[in-house]
Amino acid sequence: MSESETVLSFDAVHTYYGQSHILRGVSFRLARGECVSLMGRNGMGKSTTLRTAMGLVPPVRGQVAHFGVGANGRPSYKSANAGIAFVPEGRGIFPNLTVRENLMVAARPGREGRTDWTLERVLALFPRLAERIDNWGNNLSGGEQQMLTIGRALMTNPSVLLLDEATEGLAPLIREEIWRVLGEIKATGIACLVVDKNVKRLVEICDRHLLLVKGELVFDGNGEDLMADQDFLHRHLGV
Amino acid sequence: MDLTLLLIQLLNGVQYGLLLFLIASGLTIVFGIMGVINLAHGSFYMVGAYLAWSLTAWTGSIFWALLLGVPLAAMLGLLVERLFIVHLYNRDHLQQVLLTFGLILIFNEMQSIIWGDDPHSVPKPDFLQFSIPLTEVQSYPAYNLFLAAVCLVLAGVMYWVVQKTRLGMRIRAGSSNPEMIQALGINTKVLFATVFSIGTTMAALAGLLAAPERSVYPGIGEQVLIISFVVVVIGGIGSIKGAFVGAMMIGLMDSLGATILRAFDDVELMSGLSVDNLTSVTVYALMAAILLWRPAGLYGRAH
Repeated sequence: MSESETVLSFDAVHTYYGQSHILRGVSFRLARGECVSLMGRNGMGKSTTLRTAMGLVPPVRGQVAHFGVGANGRPSYKSANAGIAFVPEGRGIFPNLTVRENLMVAARPGREGRTDWTLERVLALFPRLAERIDNWGNNLSGGEQQMLTIGRALMTNPSVLLLDEATEGLAPLIREEIWRVLGEIKATGIACLVVDKNVKRLVEICDRHLLLVKGELVFDGNGEDLMADQDFLHRHLGV
Repeated sequence: MDLTLLLIQLLNGVQYGLLLFLIASGLTIVFGIMGVINLAHGSFYMVGAYLAWSLTAWTGSIFWALLLGVPLAAMLGLLVERLFIVHLYNRDHLQQVLLTFGLILIFNEMQSIIWGDDPHSVPKPDFLQFSIPLTEVQSYPAYNLFLAAVCLVLAGVMYWVVQKTRLGMRIRAGSSNPEMIQALGINTKVLFATVFSIGTTMAALAGLLAAPERSVYPGIGEQVLIISFVVVVIGGIGSIKGAFVGAMMIGLMDSLGATILRAFDDVELMSGLSVDNLTSVTVYALMAAILLWRPAGLYGRAH
């Protein structure tokens, strides 16, 4: 893998929340267009990894890089402008903006001026949002809010999408719709780092898998190798 | 009570309400978006009023004073944000109150040094020196109508910016979730500095516009500050619409309340209690009643 193809990299990254040591020397690479899952039980550092990648949490040691450029201490708005989009857990929609405004508030061309994602295309991907275009953000169901957060991230024409628990707390049918959309997004060539609890779906969709245990990566490989050791999976994921 | 007097009071109330809205809208967005209680907000009104006085004396016209005063006020707002307010984000309200109260003292001392402590009046522009006759004996000053019209236009512009532009979307998004708007690629430092500067410029602009109608004297900043906080609390913190409704309520209450109370002038009140005392009480009684009904204000979001 050549350096220019790496869109996001962690090199021995350590992160703290106050006194607690969350990430303990995490290293991995995300290549252009690659879809990678990040698994682990609760409290193992999955969200912190995404937040560190975004610049919302500063790494204390080690190196985070976006497109081969050092990004330690880079404020999150610069990460976003560099092409990294974040879909946080709990969604973080703007309740006092309409669906259209939520989508337009940060809309812009991506790297090299790409404008693949327009309002029309996002609405075509999520027909339910088109039906509710003039509703306030807080009038949406949980599933619609999740679609809105993903749509809002796509409107920034990102090269990398960080998804934190995108299907958490949603009805089964809505979950399936989110997985379908993830598949479509992946097909457009956006690199994804996906945190989720559904190992089966992650193995179907993602090219590679990372497994975090107490802030350390214990697995970095393909789905076949991951599924081969059922004991290992059971110990670290409870499946 | 005769109808013309009521009409005059109604016009006064609307005009005062619109002026209050200009001041309070800045206070409410700074409070609502950045979480900063800016006690020095009234000082910008004071600065605006004194700028009106000295710039009108220098240039000969309030219009030149407006043209020069607004950018000066915007720069002053930006300077205060960069030097002081920037350190207050994410700090508790006590520290904000202490620092911005300190700023009031500094502003007042500066006013005393630069402009002195005598009250001043600012001449109205010649072509607005007339009054519009309402009856044979009563009339309404044209400048007050001009003032109301300008405030109304500014309120419209503000509504348009906040509701219809990208900047407005970002301001509203920043008020509900600043971390998320930052993670979407918006530099909140620039956004906050812009919002603060716009807010304080509106206050200064209100001071500039009101100077020919009211006189310019020490302590006017604090006077409008307190009533602006009442407006913000009634309307709901962070709500522009709330600031508008609250300001109109206070404006009308202030002028009509006095008129209505004066109608009962011959009624024996407790000794030492004047109609003016009662008028100022009605405003706070209104606030208390609204808070009992809606603790977060009329358009506030409960936390």
